[in-house]
Amino acid sequence: MGIVACRRCTKAQPLGTQTCPRCGHVLQSREPLSLQRVWAFWVLGLMCYIPANIYPMLKTRTLFKVEESTIIGGAVEIAHHGNFGIAAIILIASVVIPLGKFWAVAFLAISVKQRYKVTNHRRQILYEVVEYIGRWSMIDIFVVAILSALVQLKTLASINPGVASIFFALSVIFTMLSAQAFDSRLIWDAEAKDGGPARDER
Amino acid sequence: MKDVVSSELDVELDGLIVCPTCDATYRFEKPANGERAVCQRCHKVLIAPRRNAGLHILAVALAVFFLIIGAAFFPFLTIDAAGNRNAVSILDAALAFSGGPMIFLSLATAALIIFVPLARVILTMYVLVPVVLDRPPARHAIRAFRLSEAMRPWSMAEIFAIGCAVALVKVADLAHVGFGPAFWMFGVLVVLVVAQDSFMCKWSVWNSLEHPKTKRS
Repeated sequence: MGIVACRRCTKAQPLGTQTCPRCGHVLQSREPLSLQRVWAFWVLGLMCYIPANIYPMLKTRTLFKVEESTIIGGAVEIAHHGNFGIAAIILIASVVIPLGKFWAVAFLAISVKQRYKVTNHRRQILYEVVEYIGRWSMIDIFVVAILSALVQLKTLASINPGVASIFFALSVIFTMLSAQAFDSRLIWDAEAKDGGPARDER
Repeated sequence: MKDVVSSELDVELDGLIVCPTCDATYRFEKPANGERAVCQRCHKVLIAPRRNAGLHILAVALAVFFLIIGAAFFPFLTIDAAGNRNAVSILDAALAFSGGPMIFLSLATAALIIFVPLARVILTMYVLVPVVLDRPPARHAIRAFRLSEAMRPWSMAEIFAIGCAVALVKVADLAHVGFGPAFWMFGVLVVLVVAQDSFMCKWSVWNSLEHPKTKRS
């Protein structure tokens, strides 16, 4: 149509305008290198996620012993104590959501190039879910922060963060950046190219 | 739903609105207060004006501002085990990862749960006060609002609140845990932050920054 839209304030501008006169946002008809950035952050996130699961997340020191537990180990231990709900929250927030996110972002990025029998609307919803839910993985980091600030009872017991917490935080941040780098308009481009149902709206 | 199909380019660009998620273009027509304009293709809400939204947002923002400051410094949780007592504030929790490379994590946590929400509230007030008073927008108001929107995904106060619940259960069998005043402040804060985001119609704010003389939305 010869226009380019501002993604921050929805205003239309003639094609070729560099920055939005209303809000100053950089205008791009489609983000160049969107997919490259998605994949770069995706790989970084995955690289950080591996040590996050191998190294201990928490170091618990009670009177006589020092315990180091990884993310999954900690959740299993809680489940042994009978708190299945909390174990489930931890497992979902720090294992299921991150893995699901890696899968979802990869799927979206691939589906832009290749054909899948998933409607655009489904993919749009998937993208919105990924963007919304990604932040919730930070919950484990906050739990570690609260625990290690709170449980400092001199000789009796203390909890300290382990190395994995850094990697986990980095992994969450990188996957968030990866999801943000994805230009959701790419989802709809494939349809418009086919001359599909998008026609009547243009 | 006020979407109208536009087919010709000769429509003025001012009369167009483009969906930011799927790039569908519509001829612009302002919905009445309480109505919503939704993208037909991807169902994103484009415009959702409300009556006196500006005032409501400002009131909530002011409350959030004081709650964040209070919640950051008052004791948040106290722990009691065999005569040993420890009380922490949110600031303590955020700065728990001290020493070595963990300092990075401390700063990031502090930013995510205190400074980013605080900055967003201050920017919101800075942008909206002149708009609500029907004055010309403050200097750099546009840049301020853009920054505040960019920070939106990084403001994680509500996630921290759920994190507290998980942490509480984890230590409950180890020691006796009590709530400080900041805990309740934080609970209210989370509700208000969510409310503030749902009142805000971004399009209305941009519009009033661009045409300061128009009525508030």
